[in-house]
Amino acid sequence: MTATLAALGAASPGIWARIGASVLQVAAVAAGGPLLLGLMGKVRARAEGRVGPPITQGLRDLRKLMRKEAIRAEHTSAVSGLAPLVLVASGAVGAAVTPLVTTRPAIAGGADVFVVVYLLLMGSVALALGGLDAGTAFGGMGSSRAMTIGAISEPALLVAILALAVQAHSSNLPDIVAASLAHPGWLASPQRLLALVALVVVVIAETGRIPVDNPSTHLELTMIHEAMILEYAGTDLALVTVGEAMRLGLLLGLVANLFFPWGIGGSGGPLAVLVGLVALGAKAAAIATLIALVEVSTAKVRLFRVPELLAGGFVLAVVAVTTGLVAR
Amino acid sequence: MTAYLIGIGIAVVAALVGAVLPDRHRLPGAAALSAAACVAVLVGAVHVLVSGHTSGLHTAQVLPLTGVDLSLDPLGALFIATTAGVGLAASWYSVGYGAHATPSRTATAMLPAFLATLLLVPAAASVATFMVAWELMALTSLLALLTDHRRRPETRDAAQWYAAMTHIGAAAILLGLVLLADHAGGQTFATIASHRGRLSVPLSSTVFVLTLIGFASKAGAVPLHVWLPRAHPEAPSPVSALMSGAMVNLGVYGILRVGGVLLGGGQSWWWVVVAALGVVSAFFGAVHAAASTDTKRLLAYSTVDNMGLVLIGVGAAGALAAGGERMLAGLVLLAALFHLVNHALFKGLLFFGAGAVQHATGTRDLDRLGGLARRMPAVTALFGIGALSIGALPGLNGFASEWLLLEGLLHGFASRSAVTDATLLAGVAALAITGGLTATAFVKALGVGFLGQPRSERAGGAREVGPSMLAGMGLLAGGCVVLGVVPGVALPALDRAAAAGFAGGAPTTLRVGLGLDLASLHGAIEPALLVEGLLAGIIVAWGVIRLAPRRAELRRPRRAEAWGCGRELQTARMEITATSFAEPLQRVFADVLRPDRDLEVTHTVESAYVTQAVSYYQRVDDAVERVAYRPVIGAVSWWGRLARRVPNGSVHRYLAFGFAALVLILVVLA
Repeated sequence: MTATLAALGAASPGIWARIGASVLQVAAVAAGGPLLLGLMGKVRARAEGRVGPPITQGLRDLRKLMRKEAIRAEHTSAVSGLAPLVLVASGAVGAAVTPLVTTRPAIAGGADVFVVVYLLLMGSVALALGGLDAGTAFGGMGSSRAMTIGAISEPALLVAILALAVQAHSSNLPDIVAASLAHPGWLASPQRLLALVALVVVVIAETGRIPVDNPSTHLELTMIHEAMILEYAGTDLALVTVGEAMRLGLLLGLVANLFFPWGIGGSGGPLAVLVGLVALGAKAAAIATLIALVEVSTAKVRLFRVPELLAGGFVLAVVAVTTGLVAR
Repeated sequence: MTAYLIGIGIAVVAALVGAVLPDRHRLPGAAALSAAACVAVLVGAVHVLVSGHTSGLHTAQVLPLTGVDLSLDPLGALFIATTAGVGLAASWYSVGYGAHATPSRTATAMLPAFLATLLLVPAAASVATFMVAWELMALTSLLALLTDHRRRPETRDAAQWYAAMTHIGAAAILLGLVLLADHAGGQTFATIASHRGRLSVPLSSTVFVLTLIGFASKAGAVPLHVWLPRAHPEAPSPVSALMSGAMVNLGVYGILRVGGVLLGGGQSWWWVVVAALGVVSAFFGAVHAAASTDTKRLLAYSTVDNMGLVLIGVGAAGALAAGGERMLAGLVLLAALFHLVNHALFKGLLFFGAGAVQHATGTRDLDRLGGLARRMPAVTALFGIGALSIGALPGLNGFASEWLLLEGLLHGFASRSAVTDATLLAGVAALAITGGLTATAFVKALGVGFLGQPRSERAGGAREVGPSMLAGMGLLAGGCVVLGVVPGVALPALDRAAAAGFAGGAPTTLRVGLGLDLASLHGAIEPALLVEGLLAGIIVAWGVIRLAPRRAELRRPRRAEAWGCGRELQTARMEITATSFAEPLQRVFADVLRPDRDLEVTHTVESAYVTQAVSYYQRVDDAVERVAYRPVIGAVSWWGRLARRVPNGSVHRYLAFGFAALVLILVVLA
C-alpha cells in the first residue's frame, strides 16, 4: 500500500489532496444517494397530489435500521454477510475513482470506463449471490430476474460510454470529461445524443426504477430487487440500502459529468472542489427529478418485455459507436 | 531446451510407470513423475520467455525419412508454459481424484501421455513432427476421454463425435501443410518461413483456410465446436481441465504459427474471418453457458465463449498487422494471449471444482446440488475464485485481460480501414455482451450449485475433498489472484510471445509496472489499488455495522428461519433451480437456443376444469448440431445402410467384384 502510494506520490505532488478529493466523493455519493432517492419520492408524491415523505426520509430510515439487529436465515453461509459489504465497497471504490467532484480523483490513472462498469457488475453479482444464499423461493427468483436484466443492461452501459471514449480517443474517464469540457460542441453530436438515450435506459434498469422495476412494490409477481434482498434485516439491510443508493448516486453523477461536465472542479484548490460539489448535486438532482417525472407518467412494463427495452438500449449504444466512427 | 527435453522424457517415463506399476503405486508414481516433468518443462519454457532466445534441435533418430525437428521460440514457449502450469495442478489433483477407485492402467498412463503430447506440439518445428505430435495428442486425449465408458454410455457417444471431428480437422491441416511444404521447397518451418515469398496468393489463402478448418475446430470455434460440449464434460476432471485449459489453446497456436509466422500475416480477409468466427463463438458459447444446467457442460460452453474472445483478439491483431499497424497489432495479440493464459488458469480451476463436487456428490446436475458452501467450504471458496475470475470482476485475472483486449480493440479504431473498424466494433460488442452473460452463468453455477439448501440427499451428505485435490485447485487459484492483482508481472513474457506471433512483429510500448499502463496510448488500470480500496471499503463498512450499534446484542447477527410468506416450513423443493434461474434469459435468447419444450396438462374425467397432472418437458440442444450436422449424419448413415446390401456373404459375388475391379483397372491403364 505504501509502495503504491509512494509511486503515485512521485508521479504527482498533490497526492494527499487527491486522496482527500476521493474521500469527499465517496462521502458525497454515500450521503447524496439516499437524498436523491428522497427527492425522487418527493417529486413523485407532489406530481400525484400527495405531500409525501420528507427528502431526508432515506437517511432517517438508515438511522432506524442501524438500531435494529441483523437477522440471517438458518441455511445461509458467509456469502450473506459478505454480499452487503462487497456491494458498499464496490460502490465506494467506484465513487472514489470516477470524476464526480473533481476531474483528478486519487487513482485517476486507473479510472477507466471498464473499471467503473465492472465495479457496478461486482455489486450486482454480490447481491445476486446473497439472494441465492438463503435458499428461499423469492431470493432465487429475484436473483434470476436481476441477473437477466443486468446481463443486458451492463453491456449497454459499457458500450454507451465507449461511444464517448471513441470520440475522446481514450477510455479513461477523467480524459473523457476533460475532452468534453474542451469541446462543448460535442454535446449536440449525434453519437452523444444516441449514447445519452441508451444511458438513460440503462440507468433506469440498473437502479430498478419504473418502467423496469418498481422500488416500492412487495408483490411477489412483480418484484425484482426487493425479492433479492428480502432476507436482509437491521444493519445488513442498512448496508444494502446505502449500497443501492450509492449506485444510484454514482450512475447519475457519471451521466451528469459525462454529458454535462460544466462546473466540475479541475485540479484546483478547495473553492473549485466546493463548486464541483454544488454543481454535481444540482445536476444529479435535475436528472433525478426528470426520472421521477417519467416514473409518474409511465406504467411498469411486463417482465418479459424489459429485455426488449434494454436490447433497444444496447443497439442504440452500438449505433452511437458506429456513428462516432463514421463521423470521425 | 535441455530442461524442456528432460521434462518430456520424465513425462514419457510417467506414462510407462502408470501402465506398468501395480495398483497401489501407479497413480501416485505417475502423478509425482508428471508433476516433475511439468516443473522441468516450465523451467525450460520460462527461460525462453525471459531471455527471448530461440533454440532448436534436429535428430534423425526418432522418425524415419524426415527426422524430428524441435524448436523453442517465445510464442511456443508461452503455450508450453501455460500447459505445464495446468498440467502441474492436474497431476496433484489426479492423486485425490482417483484415490478411492484407482483408475485402470490405460487411464493412469494416458494422463501423462496426453500431457507429453500437449507439451510437444508447440515445440514442433517441421510439418512431419507437428503432424505426428498433433495426431498423438488426438489419440491420447481420445483414450483418456474413454476412461469412464463402461459406466456411462454418453462417454462413447462423446468419443465418437470427438474422434470424427478431430480427424476431419487433422486431415484438413495435413492437406494444408503438405501443400505448403510442397510449394515452399522444404518441410521444416524455418525453410517454409524463408521461402514464403514464392507462394502465390491463391495458394497461401488455400493453405490458410484448410489449416483454419482444423485449428478452429480444435479451438472450439462455432460451427466446428460440436464435439467440445460433449467431450469435455465426459472426460475425467483432470483430463477435462487439460482439454479446456491446454488443448483448445493449441488451436489458437496453430492459427498463429501457420497464418502469422509461416505465411507471414498474409491477407487481411483471413483475419476478418478469424475474428468473425470469434464473435459468433463468443456469443453462442456465452448464451449456451447461461442456459446450461450441467456444471461441466456449462464450463465447456464457456470455453467456446472464451476461445471466441481470444480468436477475436487474434483476428483483430492479424487485420491490424495486415494493415501495417504493427504496434497496435502487437497490443491486441498480447491481450488475446493474456486472456488465453488466464482462461487456462480459471477454466482448469473450475473443471477441478466441478470434478470435486462430482466426487463428493456423484452428480454434475446443478438442479440436484446446493448447500455445498457449508459442507465443502474450501472447494466453494476456490470455485468461487474461478467463477469470479471468469466473470471478470476487478482484482482477478479475467478482468485484467478483458480490459486489455477491450483497450486494444478501442485503440485499433485509429487504423482507419472500414473493414477493420467493423471487425473491431463487432469484437467490442461481443466482448460487452458476453461479459453480462458470463456473469449470469457463473452466478448460477456458484449460487445454485453451492449456496442455499441441498436439493438432493447426496448433496446433503457431501464432505470436503482431500488435500491433494485442494492443492491442485489452490495452485491455479493462486495464479488467478496474482495475475489479477499485479497483472504487470506477466507483461514482459507476453510481450515477447506476442512479438513472435506475426512475422516482423514489434514489442508493444506497455509500461512495465504492477498494473497495466498503455503509456503513449493513454489508458491504465491499477488493480492492486482497486483491491486495496475494496478491502478498505469492506473493513470500514464491517466496522460500522459491528461497532456503531450501542447495544452489544445488536453487534452480532442472529439466526432465524427464513421468511416463507407466512408458511412455517421452507423445503429445498421451494428453492429456485438452475433451470428456472436460466429461464428468463432462455426466453430472451430463444431464437439462438431454440429450446424444445412441451407442457402437458391432464384433466380428470369428470371435469375439464379439474387438473389431474401437469408434466413439463424442456431440453436445450445445440441448434448448430441440429441444423448443420444431423442432416449430414443422416445422409451418411443412409449411404452406409445402402452400401451394406452389396456384400451379402456370397463368395461368388466377392470373386465377381474382384474380377470386375481388375478389368476396370486394366481398361483405365490401357
